[in-house]
Amino acid sequence: MTEKMIQFQNVEKYYGDFHALKDINIDINAGETVVLIGPSGSGKSTLIRTINGLEDINSGKLIVDGYDLASPQTDINKIRKNVGMVFQHFNLYENKSTLENIMLAPRIVLKRDEKENHDIAMSLLEKVGLADKSANMPSELSGGQKQRVAIARSLAMQPKALLFDEPTSALDPEMIGDVLDVMRDIAKDSNMTMLVVTHEMNFAKAVADRVVFMADGQILEDSKTEDFFKKPKSERAQQFISQIEHH
Amino acid sequence: MIEILTKYFATFADGFLITLESSIIALIGSLVLGTLFAVLQLVPNKFVNRLAQAYVEIFRNIPLLVITLFFFAFVAPLVTHLGIAMDGFTAGTIGLTLYTSSFIAEVIRASINAIPKGQMEAGRTNGMTWWQTMRLIILPQAFKMSIPSLGNQFINLVKNSSVLAFVAGMDLMYQANNIAQSTFDSMGTYMVVALFYLVITLPLSYGMKYIEYRSNRGGNA
Repeated sequence: MTEKMIQFQNVEKYYGDFHALKDINIDINAGETVVLIGPSGSGKSTLIRTINGLEDINSGKLIVDGYDLASPQTDINKIRKNVGMVFQHFNLYENKSTLENIMLAPRIVLKRDEKENHDIAMSLLEKVGLADKSANMPSELSGGQKQRVAIARSLAMQPKALLFDEPTSALDPEMIGDVLDVMRDIAKDSNMTMLVVTHEMNFAKAVADRVVFMADGQILEDSKTEDFFKKPKSERAQQFISQIEHH
Repeated sequence: MIEILTKYFATFADGFLITLESSIIALIGSLVLGTLFAVLQLVPNKFVNRLAQAYVEIFRNIPLLVITLFFFAFVAPLVTHLGIAMDGFTAGTIGLTLYTSSFIAEVIRASINAIPKGQMEAGRTNGMTWWQTMRLIILPQAFKMSIPSLGNQFINLVKNSSVLAFVAGMDLMYQANNIAQSTFDSMGTYMVVALFYLVITLPLSYGMKYIEYRSNRGGNA
């Protein structure tokens, strides 16, 4: 049984005259890990941001966790409760400590019991290796540490799906490994659906069930990971892979 | 000057307390209204945005004296018919509050706009509503950023409270005008008045600097 977590059907998105997403069709099943790659400006970030309503779509159908995003009856906050997001620039709450960053939304949105909330937050901080930073402010953390806190913050909502929008692109090279390790651990959890926009090909090879390749707002390829890396079908994807791997 | 101060101390003190009272009420009122109208200019609703912008533009672009006289000469008689007494103090303090709130709205709106967009996006994707994120994440950071400008607004507010003198608000300036007229010593009287204003504005000025220093050091907003 494969339950569909995210479904794009003929989705179109424009920014003014710019056609950002062209006839997007993908299904992402519950528990799947999908990596989305492609040159910059290809629409990867736009695509991932439509899933939790940070960007509207102009036409087509987008169904997330059973909710139709374009329907006026849909309460976007219900979707967001179950779909977490990790950003390129971390976006930790700058006025809150590490621990408060993690505890805030579960307290406000889920009304989680304070003691339980604290225990969950601390165990997540341990999981990402930052239990000793619980009292620190975001400004006192390195980029890699911030991103691991941001992941813990998303996990604290116990979402069904996590979206990662270039989670390591703003990090110094020596920080990337720790963040990818945490993401690998999450991907092992078979209940978690993950969609990751990244340029980390080794991560994609090791973790992804599928690779989706985008260019110029279109999906050019959607293949099993082994197949994709053995021989991408489209020429654009072949070029892209060879550029990245020789870099 | 010393003679005027000692001879009319009780009168000055009365006026001083009125000025202080009006300033405190207007400070709190304008901070609340200013914050409200800053946020209403940014809520995801174009119609509400326009209304809030209209409020700010009206009160920011009309002289304080005109606003105050509007309340004193037009609104006050109107509400008197309804059995509500509105004296010069009330009319002046309302004018002062609304006028200052329009400037504070602009200060806070600018600060909110300076907070990176990612903060709101993080709150929203974390499941919180626009209002929850605004209240818990954005506004605390915006206030911290606004402290130096708010200090300016508060000092201006105290000085602008002298508008009460025009509507018989019994404030420091009003009392000073009376004393100057009866003693014919304008110079001495207004020197004393200046000192009384400094008694409010200097501690306010240093107080805001202290809050600024504390908030930068603590990091906790």
